[in-house]
Amino acid sequence: MKKMLKRYWFFMATSVVMIAVLIFNTEFGLSALSVTAFSVKEMLLVIPPIFILLGLLDVWVPREIMVKYMGQGSGIRGMVLSIIAGSVAAGPLYGAFPIAAVFLKKGASLMNVFIFIGAWSTTKIPMFLFEYSALGPRFALTRLLVDIPGIVILALVLHALLSEKDRHEIIDRAEKIE
Amino acid sequence: METTFIMYGAAVLALAVSFFKNRQKTLQALKKAWKAFENILPQFLGVLVLTGLMLAALNPETIGDLIGEKSGWWGTLMAAVIGSITLIPGFVAFPMAALLLQKGAGAMQIAAFVSTLMMVGVITFPVERKYFGTKTALLRNLLAFGFSFLVAFIIDLVVKA
Repeated sequence: MKKMLKRYWFFMATSVVMIAVLIFNTEFGLSALSVTAFSVKEMLLVIPPIFILLGLLDVWVPREIMVKYMGQGSGIRGMVLSIIAGSVAAGPLYGAFPIAAVFLKKGASLMNVFIFIGAWSTTKIPMFLFEYSALGPRFALTRLLVDIPGIVILALVLHALLSEKDRHEIIDRAEKIE
Repeated sequence: METTFIMYGAAVLALAVSFFKNRQKTLQALKKAWKAFENILPQFLGVLVLTGLMLAALNPETIGDLIGEKSGWWGTLMAAVIGSITLIPGFVAFPMAALLLQKGAGAMQIAAFVSTLMMVGVITFPVERKYFGTKTALLRNLLAFGFSFLVAFIIDLVVKA
Protein backbone atom coordinates (compact mmCIF):
# COMPACT_ATOMS: atom_id res chain seq x y z
CA MET A 1 0.00 0.00 0.00
CA LYS A 2 2.75 2.38 1.02
CA LYS A 3 4.71 1.39 -2.07
CA MET A 4 1.64 2.03 -4.17
CA LEU A 5 1.24 5.49 -2.63
CA LYS A 6 4.87 6.29 -3.29
CA ARG A 7 4.61 5.21 -6.92
CA TYR A 8 1.37 6.98 -7.66
CA TRP A 9 1.73 10.19 -5.62
CA PHE A 10 2.28 12.31 -8.73
CA PHE A 11 -0.76 10.86 -10.49
CA MET A 12 -2.86 11.27 -7.34
CA ALA A 13 -1.72 14.86 -6.81
CA THR A 14 -2.60 15.81 -10.39
CA SER A 15 -5.92 13.97 -10.09
CA VAL A 16 -6.79 15.91 -6.94
CA VAL A 17 -6.15 19.17 -8.83
CA MET A 18 -8.31 17.89 -11.68
CA ILE A 19 -11.17 17.03 -9.31
CA ALA A 20 -10.88 20.41 -7.57
CA VAL A 21 -11.00 22.17 -10.93
CA LEU A 22 -14.03 20.10 -11.95
CA ILE A 23 -15.84 21.20 -8.79
CA PHE A 24 -14.93 24.87 -8.88
CA ASN A 25 -14.94 25.48 -12.63
CA THR A 26 -16.82 22.67 -14.28
CA GLU A 27 -16.56 24.02 -17.81
CA PHE A 28 -12.79 24.37 -17.63
CA GLY A 29 -12.51 21.02 -15.84
CA LEU A 30 -14.47 19.21 -18.52
CA SER A 31 -12.32 20.70 -21.23
CA ALA A 32 -9.19 19.61 -19.33
CA LEU A 33 -10.66 16.16 -18.83
CA SER A 34 -11.39 15.82 -22.54
CA VAL A 35 -7.78 16.72 -23.39
CA THR A 36 -6.58 14.12 -20.90
CA ALA A 37 -8.92 11.53 -22.40
CA PHE A 38 -7.57 12.35 -25.84
CA SER A 39 -3.99 12.05 -24.58
CA VAL A 40 -4.71 8.70 -22.91
CA LYS A 41 -6.11 7.42 -26.19
CA GLU A 42 -3.05 8.73 -28.00
CA MET A 43 -0.74 7.06 -25.49
CA LEU A 44 -2.53 3.73 -25.77
CA LEU A 45 -2.25 3.96 -29.54
CA VAL A 46 1.35 5.10 -29.81
CA ILE A 47 3.09 3.43 -26.90
CA PRO A 48 2.63 -0.36 -27.45
CA PRO A 49 4.99 -0.72 -30.45
CA ILE A 50 7.66 1.35 -28.67
CA PHE A 51 7.67 -0.98 -25.68
CA ILE A 52 7.49 -4.12 -27.81
CA LEU A 53 10.55 -2.98 -29.77
CA LEU A 54 12.23 -2.15 -26.47
CA GLY A 55 11.57 -5.66 -25.16
CA LEU A 56 12.87 -7.28 -28.34
CA LEU A 57 15.93 -5.05 -28.28
CA ASP A 58 16.63 -6.05 -24.71
CA VAL A 59 16.33 -9.76 -25.44
CA TRP A 60 17.97 -10.05 -28.85
CA VAL A 61 20.75 -7.49 -29.09
CA PRO A 62 23.85 -8.83 -27.35
CA ARG A 63 25.80 -6.48 -25.14
CA GLU A 64 28.93 -6.79 -27.28
CA ILE A 65 27.09 -5.50 -30.34
CA MET A 66 25.73 -2.48 -28.48
CA VAL A 67 29.16 -1.73 -27.00
CA LYS A 68 30.81 -2.08 -30.39
CA TYR A 69 28.41 0.17 -32.29
CA MET A 70 27.26 2.68 -29.67
CA GLY A 71 29.61 2.19 -26.73
CA GLN A 72 32.58 4.18 -25.60
CA GLY A 73 35.05 4.46 -28.45
CA SER A 74 32.41 3.95 -31.11
CA GLY A 75 33.40 7.42 -32.29
CA ILE A 76 31.73 9.25 -35.14
CA ARG A 77 30.03 6.06 -36.31
CA GLY A 78 28.42 5.66 -32.90
CA MET A 79 27.18 9.24 -32.99
CA VAL A 80 25.76 8.87 -36.49
CA LEU A 81 24.04 5.63 -35.50
CA SER A 82 22.57 7.33 -32.43
CA ILE A 83 21.17 10.16 -34.55
CA ILE A 84 19.69 7.66 -37.01
CA ALA A 85 18.21 5.52 -34.22
CA GLY A 86 16.52 8.58 -32.70
CA SER A 87 15.39 10.01 -36.03
CA VAL A 88 13.64 6.95 -37.41
CA ALA A 89 11.52 6.57 -34.29
CA ALA A 90 8.02 7.85 -33.91
CA GLY A 91 6.31 8.73 -30.70
CA PRO A 92 6.41 11.33 -27.95
CA LEU A 93 9.66 12.18 -26.17
CA TYR A 94 8.61 10.32 -23.06
CA GLY A 95 8.81 7.12 -25.13
CA ALA A 96 12.51 7.76 -25.74
CA PHE A 97 13.57 7.54 -22.10
CA PRO A 98 12.78 3.84 -21.47
CA ILE A 99 14.53 2.93 -24.72
CA ALA A 100 17.51 5.07 -23.74
CA ALA A 101 17.66 3.15 -20.47
CA VAL A 102 17.85 -0.18 -22.35
CA PHE A 103 20.62 1.25 -24.57
CA LEU A 104 22.56 2.25 -21.45
CA LYS A 105 21.99 -1.11 -19.81
CA LYS A 106 23.34 -2.81 -22.92
CA GLY A 107 26.50 -0.74 -22.89
CA ALA A 108 25.86 2.27 -25.14
CA SER A 109 27.87 5.29 -24.02
CA LEU A 110 26.11 8.05 -22.10
CA MET A 111 27.20 10.54 -24.74
CA ASN A 112 25.53 8.52 -27.50
CA VAL A 113 22.40 8.07 -25.42
CA PHE A 114 22.16 11.86 -25.01
CA ILE A 115 22.53 12.21 -28.79
CA PHE A 116 19.81 9.59 -29.28
CA ILE A 117 17.43 11.50 -26.99
CA GLY A 118 18.26 14.75 -28.77
CA ALA A 119 17.52 13.19 -32.14
CA TRP A 120 14.31 11.61 -30.90
CA SER A 121 13.20 14.93 -29.49
CA THR A 122 13.68 16.99 -32.58
CA THR A 123 14.94 15.41 -35.82
CA LYS A 124 12.42 12.62 -36.16
CA ILE A 125 11.91 11.98 -39.86
CA PRO A 126 8.12 11.55 -39.74
CA MET A 127 7.79 14.84 -37.84
CA PHE A 128 10.16 16.55 -40.26
CA LEU A 129 7.91 15.62 -43.18
CA PHE A 130 4.98 17.08 -41.29
CA GLU A 131 6.87 20.25 -40.50
CA TYR A 132 8.06 20.56 -44.11
CA SER A 133 4.55 20.52 -45.49
CA ALA A 134 3.05 22.76 -42.79
CA LEU A 135 5.75 25.41 -42.37
CA GLY A 136 7.63 25.24 -45.63
CA PRO A 137 11.08 24.08 -46.76
CA ARG A 138 12.98 27.14 -45.49
CA PHE A 139 11.71 26.81 -41.97
CA ALA A 140 11.96 23.03 -41.72
CA LEU A 141 15.31 22.61 -43.47
CA THR A 142 16.96 25.41 -41.49
CA ARG A 143 15.76 23.92 -38.24
CA LEU A 144 17.02 20.48 -39.26
CA LEU A 145 20.42 21.81 -40.32
CA VAL A 146 20.85 23.72 -37.06
CA ASP A 147 19.54 20.84 -34.98
CA ILE A 148 21.85 18.09 -36.21
CA PRO A 149 25.08 19.72 -35.01
CA GLY A 150 23.11 21.23 -32.13
CA ILE A 151 22.13 17.83 -30.79
CA VAL A 152 25.75 16.66 -30.76
CA ILE A 153 27.00 19.88 -29.14
CA LEU A 154 24.26 19.82 -26.49
CA ALA A 155 25.09 16.18 -25.72
CA LEU A 156 28.79 17.08 -25.37
CA VAL A 157 28.02 20.00 -23.06
CA LEU A 158 25.56 17.98 -20.99
CA HIS A 159 28.07 15.15 -20.67
CA ALA A 160 30.81 17.59 -19.65
CA LEU A 161 28.60 19.22 -17.01
CA LEU A 162 28.07 15.92 -15.21
CA SER A 163 30.52 14.61 -12.67
CA GLU A 164 31.88 11.09 -12.82
CA LYS A 165 29.52 10.27 -9.95
CA ASP A 166 26.48 11.62 -11.81
CA ARG A 167 27.33 9.50 -14.83
CA HIS A 168 27.68 6.36 -12.75
CA GLU A 169 24.37 7.07 -11.06
CA ILE A 170 22.57 7.26 -14.40
CA ILE A 171 24.02 3.94 -15.54
CA ASP A 172 23.18 2.36 -12.17
CA ARG A 173 19.60 3.56 -12.55
CA ALA A 174 19.35 2.02 -16.02
CA GLU A 175 20.77 -1.27 -14.81
CA LYS A 176 18.31 -1.45 -11.95
CA ILE A 177 15.32 -1.14 -14.25
CA GLU A 178 14.48 -4.70 -15.17
CA MET B 1 -0.97 8.92 -38.19
CA GLU B 2 1.14 7.11 -40.81
CA THR B 3 4.01 7.16 -38.36
CA THR B 4 1.95 5.10 -35.94
CA PHE B 5 1.33 2.56 -38.68
CA ILE B 6 5.06 2.40 -39.42
CA MET B 7 5.84 1.75 -35.77
CA TYR B 8 3.18 -0.96 -35.60
CA GLY B 9 4.49 -2.44 -38.83
CA ALA B 10 8.02 -2.51 -37.47
CA ALA B 11 6.92 -3.97 -34.13
CA VAL B 12 4.75 -6.67 -35.71
CA LEU B 13 7.43 -7.61 -38.21
CA ALA B 14 10.11 -7.78 -35.50
CA LEU B 15 7.79 -9.83 -33.30
CA ALA B 16 7.07 -12.26 -36.13
CA VAL B 17 10.75 -12.75 -36.93
CA SER B 18 11.52 -13.16 -33.25
CA PHE B 19 8.68 -15.65 -32.82
CA PHE B 20 9.93 -17.85 -35.67
CA LYS B 21 13.46 -17.76 -34.35
CA ASN B 22 12.73 -18.40 -30.71
CA ARG B 23 9.36 -18.51 -28.98
CA GLN B 24 10.85 -18.50 -25.50
CA LYS B 25 12.84 -15.34 -26.14
CA THR B 26 9.84 -13.66 -27.75
CA LEU B 27 7.74 -14.34 -24.69
CA GLN B 28 10.55 -12.99 -22.54
CA ALA B 29 10.70 -9.84 -24.69
CA LEU B 30 6.96 -9.27 -24.28
CA LYS B 31 7.28 -9.72 -20.54
CA LYS B 32 10.07 -7.16 -20.47
CA ALA B 33 8.00 -4.79 -22.58
CA TRP B 34 5.11 -5.06 -20.15
CA LYS B 35 7.35 -4.64 -17.11
CA ALA B 36 9.04 -1.56 -18.57
CA PHE B 37 5.62 -0.09 -19.32
CA GLU B 38 4.17 -0.94 -15.94
CA ASN B 39 7.23 0.55 -14.29
CA ILE B 40 6.70 3.98 -15.84
CA LEU B 41 2.89 3.93 -15.99
CA PRO B 42 2.32 6.01 -12.82
CA GLN B 43 4.43 8.85 -14.25
CA PHE B 44 2.70 8.57 -17.63
CA LEU B 45 -0.72 8.88 -16.00
CA GLY B 46 0.32 11.94 -14.00
CA VAL B 47 1.76 13.51 -17.14
CA LEU B 48 -1.49 12.94 -19.04
CA VAL B 49 -3.65 14.56 -16.36
CA LEU B 50 -1.27 17.51 -16.22
CA THR B 51 -1.37 17.78 -20.02
CA GLY B 52 -5.16 18.11 -19.86
CA LEU B 53 -4.99 20.90 -17.31
CA MET B 54 -2.23 22.75 -19.20
CA LEU B 55 -3.82 22.52 -22.62
CA ALA B 56 -7.23 23.56 -21.32
CA ALA B 57 -5.59 26.71 -19.99
CA LEU B 58 -3.43 27.22 -23.09
CA ASN B 59 -5.67 26.48 -26.04
CA PRO B 60 -4.63 27.58 -29.55
CA GLU B 61 -6.53 30.88 -29.25
CA THR B 62 -4.74 31.83 -26.03
CA ILE B 63 -1.39 30.88 -27.52
CA GLY B 64 -2.20 32.93 -30.61
CA ASP B 65 -3.00 35.94 -28.43
CA LEU B 66 0.27 35.62 -26.54
CA ILE B 67 2.62 35.22 -29.47
CA GLY B 68 0.39 36.16 -32.37
CA GLU B 69 1.81 39.59 -33.00
CA LYS B 70 5.31 40.63 -33.88
CA SER B 71 6.28 40.71 -30.28
CA GLY B 72 10.07 40.60 -30.59
CA TRP B 73 12.26 38.92 -28.03
CA TRP B 74 9.61 39.14 -25.36
CA GLY B 75 7.23 37.24 -27.62
CA THR B 76 9.97 34.77 -28.41
CA LEU B 77 10.57 34.16 -24.72
CA MET B 78 6.83 33.73 -24.23
CA ALA B 79 6.68 31.32 -27.16
CA ALA B 80 9.60 29.32 -25.77
CA VAL B 81 7.94 29.08 -22.36
CA ILE B 82 4.62 27.98 -23.86
CA GLY B 83 6.40 25.39 -26.00
CA SER B 84 8.21 24.07 -22.93
CA ILE B 85 5.16 23.58 -20.77
CA THR B 86 2.83 22.15 -23.40
CA LEU B 87 2.77 18.66 -24.81
CA ILE B 88 1.08 18.67 -28.20
CA PRO B 89 1.46 15.91 -30.78
CA GLY B 90 3.15 17.05 -33.99
CA PHE B 91 0.13 16.48 -36.19
CA VAL B 92 -1.71 19.07 -34.11
CA ALA B 93 1.23 21.40 -33.44
CA PHE B 94 2.50 21.99 -37.00
CA PRO B 95 -0.81 22.96 -38.59
CA MET B 96 -1.40 25.17 -35.55
CA ALA B 97 2.01 26.82 -35.98
CA ALA B 98 1.27 27.34 -39.68
CA LEU B 99 -2.02 29.00 -38.78
CA LEU B 100 -0.29 31.29 -36.27
CA LEU B 101 2.24 32.26 -38.94
CA GLN B 102 -0.58 33.13 -41.33
CA LYS B 103 -2.17 35.25 -38.64
CA GLY B 104 0.98 37.32 -38.39
CA ALA B 105 3.14 35.64 -35.78
CA GLY B 106 6.84 36.06 -36.46
CA ALA B 107 9.00 33.19 -37.68
CA MET B 108 11.24 33.73 -34.64
CA GLN B 109 8.39 33.17 -32.20
CA ILE B 110 7.07 30.16 -34.07
CA ALA B 111 10.57 28.66 -34.29
CA ALA B 112 11.10 29.10 -30.56
CA PHE B 113 7.71 27.54 -29.91
CA VAL B 114 8.29 24.54 -32.19
CA SER B 115 11.81 23.97 -30.90
CA THR B 116 10.97 24.00 -27.19
CA LEU B 117 7.78 22.07 -27.84
CA MET B 118 9.86 19.21 -29.16
CA MET B 119 13.02 19.47 -27.05
CA VAL B 120 11.93 20.77 -23.66
CA GLY B 121 9.50 18.82 -21.53
CA VAL B 122 8.37 20.43 -18.29
CA ILE B 123 5.31 18.20 -18.06
CA THR B 124 7.28 15.05 -18.88
CA PHE B 125 9.98 15.98 -16.38
CA PRO B 126 8.82 13.35 -13.85
CA VAL B 127 9.34 10.64 -16.49
CA GLU B 128 12.76 11.92 -17.50
CA ARG B 129 13.82 12.30 -13.90
CA LYS B 130 12.98 8.71 -13.14
CA TYR B 131 15.47 7.50 -15.74
CA PHE B 132 18.17 10.16 -15.56
CA GLY B 133 17.91 11.77 -12.14
CA THR B 134 16.98 15.34 -11.30
CA LYS B 135 20.29 17.01 -12.14
CA THR B 136 20.70 15.53 -15.61
CA ALA B 137 17.06 16.01 -16.54
CA LEU B 138 17.16 19.62 -15.38
CA LEU B 139 20.40 20.36 -17.24
CA ARG B 140 19.19 18.75 -20.46
CA ASN B 141 16.00 20.79 -20.43
CA LEU B 142 17.79 24.05 -19.63
CA LEU B 143 20.34 23.48 -22.40
CA ALA B 144 17.59 22.65 -24.88
CA PHE B 145 15.68 25.77 -23.79
CA GLY B 146 18.69 28.01 -24.38
CA PHE B 147 19.49 26.30 -27.67
CA SER B 148 15.97 26.99 -28.93
CA PHE B 149 16.69 30.73 -28.93
CA LEU B 150 19.65 30.17 -31.20
CA VAL B 151 17.43 28.09 -33.48
CA ALA B 152 14.80 30.84 -33.44
CA PHE B 153 17.37 33.50 -34.23
CA ILE B 154 18.84 31.59 -37.18
CA ILE B 155 15.45 30.64 -38.61
CA ASP B 156 14.40 34.28 -38.38
CA LEU B 157 17.51 35.31 -40.35
CA VAL B 158 16.96 32.67 -43.02
CA VAL B 159 13.23 33.24 -43.45
CA LYS B 160 13.71 37.00 -43.69
CA ALA B 161 16.61 36.72 -46.17
